[in-house]
Amino acid sequence: MDITNYVVLAAVLFAIGATTVLLRRNAIVVFMGVELMLNATNLAFVTFARMHGDLTGQVLAFFVMVVAAAEVVVGLAIIVTIFRTRRSASVDDVNLLKG
Amino acid sequence: MTPAGLEISGGETVLFWVIAPLMVLAALGLLFVKRAVHAAMCLVFVMVSMAILYIAQEAPFLGVVQVVVYTGAVMMLFLFVLMLVGVDASDSLTETIRGQRWIGLLIGIGLAVLLGAVVGRAAFPPAAGLNGGDPGGVANPQGLARVLFSQYVVAMEAVGVLLVTAAVGALVLTHRRRLTPKQDQRAVADARVRALPDGVVLTPLPSPGVYATSNAMDTPALGPDGEQVPQSVSRVLRIRGQEKAAPHAPGTELVETQAQVGGSRSTGTREGEA
Repeated sequence: MDITNYVVLAAVLFAIGATTVLLRRNAIVVFMGVELMLNATNLAFVTFARMHGDLTGQVLAFFVMVVAAAEVVVGLAIIVTIFRTRRSASVDDVNLLKG
Repeated sequence: MTPAGLEISGGETVLFWVIAPLMVLAALGLLFVKRAVHAAMCLVFVMVSMAILYIAQEAPFLGVVQVVVYTGAVMMLFLFVLMLVGVDASDSLTETIRGQRWIGLLIGIGLAVLLGAVVGRAAFPPAAGLNGGDPGGVANPQGLARVLFSQYVVAMEAVGVLLVTAAVGALVLTHRRRLTPKQDQRAVADARVRALPDGVVLTPLPSPGVYATSNAMDTPALGPDGEQVPQSVSRVLRIRGQEKAAPHAPGTELVETQAQVGGSRSTGTREGEA
């Protein structure tokens, strides 16, 4: 097996995550799509680290994980706040700025 | 770390070909599954499989962090928020923007094709590997710590500040300031009595029905007139559409049920054995 198979897997997962973000309407599921994209990039990072024999890729994957954790905390807090005021978690209902 | 070349073992090949299709299937579940909780479960599966792949790819530290941070913390947070939010059925399948679904699908497939073409056409160097079969190689957590705390120590500190800021930000965002005076028991009772002319009942809502065939929360009670009382079923179940009909709703099967009760002692014993 070639090590590029891992990169292909990462690309497929990234595309599925992006499609989830584009298609789903529940804000929480959209958020899960973002998480899937971040995970796919992490897999690519780890694979490249192994491919080049350099640990920097793993360090970057680690940083991505930490930033993703912070992002999830803030994003879910925003979703909870929106749900409290609008009683809905659908991304289409957030149209307060529309005239 | 000399680029002596990396032989991927047969075990790893089998592992990859078992796990990768399952991961893609679970990720597609995120796209097609209807309930948000099921989507969360699919994502948990993807993340645990990802941790296994990390460990197979000479990144044991990242594999453990993946399990602890993603499946342990992030996905649990998702499930908690789903418990807070998930009651509304916001996943209706009607389009609000016309043609958005097909455009989105087209963009997604286009992205997949583009990424596949780039990966397929790129010339990757021969894989070097991290350990080279040497147990004292760099791919252990110590090696990672050496890179993290020498080259990237400033980034490490910045990330610490970021985490604290995110925690405080989440607290501020979800904090609810009290704008109206607190509703105590007295105020609630007074409001109910005041709303009495509008048809609000003063007593607690009736409890769900308990019958010989079911004593579940999802079957409504029957009123004195034989009609079902929808308020007796929890609001959550009604919104989700999981409410069942009472076993003998308005006069339909009443005779049949009586016949069953009269002539089916054997049925009762069979159920008792089962």
